[in-house]
Amino acid sequence: MPARPERMTDRYSAWRLLKESLSGNRGWKPAWRKPEPKASYDVIIVGGGGHGLATAHYLASVHGITNVAVVEKGPIGLGNGGRNTTIVRSNYGLPSNTRFYEHSLKLWEGLEQDLNYNVMMSQRGVLNLFHSDSQRDIAARRGNSMRIQGVDAELLDREAVRSVAPFIELDNPMFPIFGGLMQRRGGTARHDAVIWGFARAADRRGVDIIEHCEVTGIRREAGRVTGVETTRGFIGAKKVGVAVAGNTSRLATMAGLSLPVESHLLQAFVSEAIKPMIDGVVTFGAGHFYISQSDKGGLVFGGDLDGYNSYSQRGNLPVVEHLLGAAVSMIPALSRLRVLRQWAGIMDMTMDSSPFICKTPIDGLYFNGGWCYGGFKATPGSGWCFAHTIARNEPHAFNADLTIDRFRDGRMIDERGAGPNPWAQ
Amino acid sequence: MTSKRLPSGGLIDRGTTVRFNFDGRSFTGHPGDTLASALLANGVRLVGRSFKYHRPRGIMTAGPEEPNALVELREGARREPNTKATEIELHDGLVSASQNRWPSLAFDLMSINGFAGPAISAGFYYKTFMWPKSFWEKLYEPLIRRAAGLGRAASQPDPDHYEAMHAHCDVLVVGSGAAGLAAARAAGEAGARVIICERDFVPGGGLLLSPADAAWRGDMVNALEAMPNVEILTRTNVFGYYDHNLLGAVERVSDHKAEPDQHEVRQRYRTFRAKQVVLATGASERLIAFPGNDRPGAMMAGAALTYLRRFGVVPGRNAVVFTNNDSAYETALALAEAGSGKVTLVDVRSQSALAAAMTARGIDVRLASEVAYFDGKTALVRRRGGAGGDKFVADLLCPSGGWNPNVQLASQSGAKPRWEATLASHVPGESVQAERSAGATKGIFGIGAAAYDGARAGREAAAAAGFAKAQDFALPERGPAEQPIAPFWEVKASGKSFVDLQHDVTAEDIRLAHREGFSHVEHAKRYTTHGMATDQGKLGSLVGSAILAEARGEPVEAVGVPTHRPYTMPVAFGALAGHASGAHFQPVRRTALNDWHLRNGAVMQPTGAWLRPFFYPKPGETGWEPIFREARAVRSSVGICDVSTLGKIDVQGPDAAAFLDRLYINTFSTLAVGKCRYGVMLREDGIVFDDGTTSRLAEDHFLVTTTTGNAAPVLEHMEFHAQTVWPELDVQFCSVTDQWAQVAVAGPKSRETLAAAVDGLDLSNEVFPFMGVGEGKIAGVPVRLFRISFSGELAYEIAVPSGHAETVWEAILAAGKPFGIVPYGLEAMSLMRVEKGHAAGPELNGQTTAADLGMGRMMKKSGDVIGRVLAGRPGLADPGRPRLVGIRPVDTNKRLRGGAHIVREPGSGTSMGWVSSVTQSIEHACWIGLAMVENGEALKNQRVFAVSPLHDESVEVTITSPHHVDPENLRVRA
Repeated sequence: MPARPERMTDRYSAWRLLKESLSGNRGWKPAWRKPEPKASYDVIIVGGGGHGLATAHYLASVHGITNVAVVEKGPIGLGNGGRNTTIVRSNYGLPSNTRFYEHSLKLWEGLEQDLNYNVMMSQRGVLNLFHSDSQRDIAARRGNSMRIQGVDAELLDREAVRSVAPFIELDNPMFPIFGGLMQRRGGTARHDAVIWGFARAADRRGVDIIEHCEVTGIRREAGRVTGVETTRGFIGAKKVGVAVAGNTSRLATMAGLSLPVESHLLQAFVSEAIKPMIDGVVTFGAGHFYISQSDKGGLVFGGDLDGYNSYSQRGNLPVVEHLLGAAVSMIPALSRLRVLRQWAGIMDMTMDSSPFICKTPIDGLYFNGGWCYGGFKATPGSGWCFAHTIARNEPHAFNADLTIDRFRDGRMIDERGAGPNPWAQ
Repeated sequence: MTSKRLPSGGLIDRGTTVRFNFDGRSFTGHPGDTLASALLANGVRLVGRSFKYHRPRGIMTAGPEEPNALVELREGARREPNTKATEIELHDGLVSASQNRWPSLAFDLMSINGFAGPAISAGFYYKTFMWPKSFWEKLYEPLIRRAAGLGRAASQPDPDHYEAMHAHCDVLVVGSGAAGLAAARAAGEAGARVIICERDFVPGGGLLLSPADAAWRGDMVNALEAMPNVEILTRTNVFGYYDHNLLGAVERVSDHKAEPDQHEVRQRYRTFRAKQVVLATGASERLIAFPGNDRPGAMMAGAALTYLRRFGVVPGRNAVVFTNNDSAYETALALAEAGSGKVTLVDVRSQSALAAAMTARGIDVRLASEVAYFDGKTALVRRRGGAGGDKFVADLLCPSGGWNPNVQLASQSGAKPRWEATLASHVPGESVQAERSAGATKGIFGIGAAAYDGARAGREAAAAAGFAKAQDFALPERGPAEQPIAPFWEVKASGKSFVDLQHDVTAEDIRLAHREGFSHVEHAKRYTTHGMATDQGKLGSLVGSAILAEARGEPVEAVGVPTHRPYTMPVAFGALAGHASGAHFQPVRRTALNDWHLRNGAVMQPTGAWLRPFFYPKPGETGWEPIFREARAVRSSVGICDVSTLGKIDVQGPDAAAFLDRLYINTFSTLAVGKCRYGVMLREDGIVFDDGTTSRLAEDHFLVTTTTGNAAPVLEHMEFHAQTVWPELDVQFCSVTDQWAQVAVAGPKSRETLAAAVDGLDLSNEVFPFMGVGEGKIAGVPVRLFRISFSGELAYEIAVPSGHAETVWEAILAAGKPFGIVPYGLEAMSLMRVEKGHAAGPELNGQTTAADLGMGRMMKKSGDVIGRVLAGRPGLADPGRPRLVGIRPVDTNKRLRGGAHIVREPGSGTSMGWVSSVTQSIEHACWIGLAMVENGEALKNQRVFAVSPLHDESVEVTITSPHHVDPENLRVRA
């Protein structure tokens, strides 16, 4: 079936922008419709976050499947899609990860044109600092793996770190900077715009985005999924794809599945806006801490999990103290700046810190989850691979290893070797 | 100058003058002033520029909700961008500068953005800057980044210090207005331990604006200060409300001085664990959206009253007060009383019982009217919704859209805000934690009513905390009820009507967001950036929601406001970091021999939390020379090394052996007393967790050693299993890492060295063989001896109570002198470790199995062991997995690199494994390495390539046994 053409009249263009600005911006249409749910769909995606919306977009644009609904319990994009630290990168060392994240990064690189939406993808570089010879070897192993697979990576020495990030304290007595692993194609994107861009693109191809529609059950008959029970009634579906991040284990329970996932809190922070100080993304190797500066000027940063299982999206002070200590240790000039706001997201932590995009023992039911800290950068790749898996009922090579079965089979993809301890990942 | 200082009145000390500087100009003010009040007293109207359109802005408020008057405070390393002039206590020598303008505040070139208004409306950037593709990163984004942001960060480290303090109390009262003071007094008199936090530098809140209540305020503060169970903290803002009644605050200890006194901190981070909390944080006045509501001269009515009453400053000459509620009438009266020029009161309500009294004071009252335009010099006042209107000369325009109870902390505590129609605002919802709100925070306005409510809240909080002594103190009179507010949000007239002044979000932007489908309040916020500025929407958040509600055709309460989150006011990074930053980010651990190492020229390096000697260079030695010298000494004679950092866990009890049998893949119950054994421990998922030697000191007494890095995780692992998995086992254990120092004495002459030093133990191979454990004395100090080796040589380790470490170390050095004993550091140890082929941190990296490391046969045949079951999964049992091997370069002049990958041919896109550890070998006179290589066993003696594209290097290597020296293990048994 051919893909339904986009509604070209709504395209954003320089001409359109000028026209609207001269007529009071009255002609803009909603970025996505607010349709009532139909009785049934070919595919229902549960979860209107970045991954769910991207899946719908690629189902429609790549596979021509447009009779699709995305159901979301609240408004779209207010889960982890709207509360992450916006980092995009593919600097993974294990081939199963590198393949997938590099595909995702390539999609990022063309996303504005694909979506006709400026998601502000900005490749200003991601720099992982290291503080000892042994940390350098670990970084080199990862960087060399990337290079062997055709992904960009550079090993920076101290002086090179100083030149790209002059604000960093290189000579801390307990964790001097030995250098850093740089991926220049890494960077950041505007997280909300990614949500809206995918929603708008999917909507334009006919996908129904149904907000305020919470899934309460997954209906099955004879080992096959038949639809979802929702707060707005039953909606039938030939196939159901679940992409609900921190709520993955809850949805799995509805389908009678038990997944190796725990939900943990991860806090994130933004400072008051200041003039440009930090160009790319920098991560600290002596503590779990990362920071970048948004186009608006706010410093966006985060770090460790809160260390206990929770769905609260709040977080507590011990992690705050640790993170701010790391921040000031790495960049002493931050001390007199001010933190403006703090929030937390619910991380679906797996037992090897890698995700899954796969079929399940139930026919027609597919799961996409286990994103741990790293779901945002995966957004287009995750949607693309999930769409492929749902449309073809088999994974693409990019996500073939990202199965739930790997835990049963002992084929974990444990990038950092932290093991089945989410708080240590 | 249109604003000026009154000759009398207010809480400033006119007898003292302080000098300060703004944008290079010198001014004077008085103690008690804020920077904002002093600037106003000097007639300064233009203080800042807005974020997007760079519109000129003045001082809008008198508190933390200030969106406009942000300055860079102080200079050099102490520069603080985005500091609210309304929150800066004036001090002598204060230096401040406006920000986000170029070339100057009065003439800012970026203000041309204002003319592009319609083209750069909310969210315009999502629709453009996409063509051509490459221009985003090269052109558009750099320009945007340069234009965005506000002030500039300091470029040097902060010279000031911060500290943390943690307190428990029965009742924490947040806010010291009428409600807060009364609550604290009631709780204090009831007998509770009370802490009051006040953000301001003077306690009193709204009382500071009421001369009639000054005496009561003074009495209350005096009484509270006299109570031993009550502590008043001023300059202390509570920024967040967390789980289990934990609240975080920052006390600004010395921000009101040019710099802290010697040894004084700048700020103090405080946490309070309170049994009960009373939130008396008052209310914030909200904006009205009308064209020009951002112009210099626009100032909230409550703020104008504050400048008049508290600071003795008349903020303008001819004033228009624009209100929908009674509170602004007091501002109009105060302006008139202060001898302003013409005062006009515009009330959107069609009736007001207070109008006659106003008229009697010469105030021009316009009912059922609205302000349709303000440009800083004139205001257009018209009938509501009408055309035309009257122009008034006005340099001051004071809107009051009503008051929002400050529900932020209650909301953070989990109490969902509830809409209160009579206030047209939210009040705190039902409490979830042990807290209650009082006074204006709860929507109870007026000093008498708030005080009465505060006393109730304080009494209830104390009772809930278990204190109920009778209380006796006077409360102010309760005033008459106010007339109902008329909810009013926006004047519909042409021009830019702002709802977020700092981010330049207009009412039209909110409507545009709705038109484009961003109709949920969180979507509208994110699309327009409304409420995301440094004031977090305190002035205009609800106004934006009301405009959105109108567009949606729904009531305001159906739209709500975005989630309240920390921080109620922005908090300095340094304050939250405290002393636990820089060199003290984590505690530094030093061994008992640290001072000896320092005295003897060791190069100390951090390894994890520990400082360890890397090597002991002699004069003139460079590069690898000291490392080679130390390693050669060990291989040829004898060396001594501080290995105290290894984790040591003492395990005792009748079930100690059974406990260890379940934790290690090999068996300890069969170990003889007086022997030690190497053991490997798995994680639950079958991956190697840790390794080390364990000694049996008695039938029911073991000493476990762990790797340095895993000392704490192994202890946790033991605790977890002892407490939750096998509670039936009778076993106790504790860390003794710090109690025992440990030194390795290694080399062919180690036995002779120790024989000369040790009393009470026969060290002959027959009596004390490899893996033997014994006790003796060195220099009179009882020690434990272990015949174990990491270097691959004949070697011993000696454990000594930490306090005697140096005595024993020196005695061994003396005994080894005839053999040329040398101290050796971590680098020589590591060199010999790689030569010997022992797996260490780089190989025990959380990704390898025992079989991968060549230790698969250690797994006992039967019995339950942590990790056994999952280690049997096909993926982990796969014989093709990377195995530990050795590598040596074919061309012995080539260097190897850790982190290189093993490939069949240079340029191959498929890695067969990686190089985990490398060193220059003294035995082979070339680089050698350890690597994890797929099918490594089968590849022995074959040639492959170790490639490091990061270094643009490719080295042909031969795969060897990992044991580069003494593979038969003869030396250790010698």
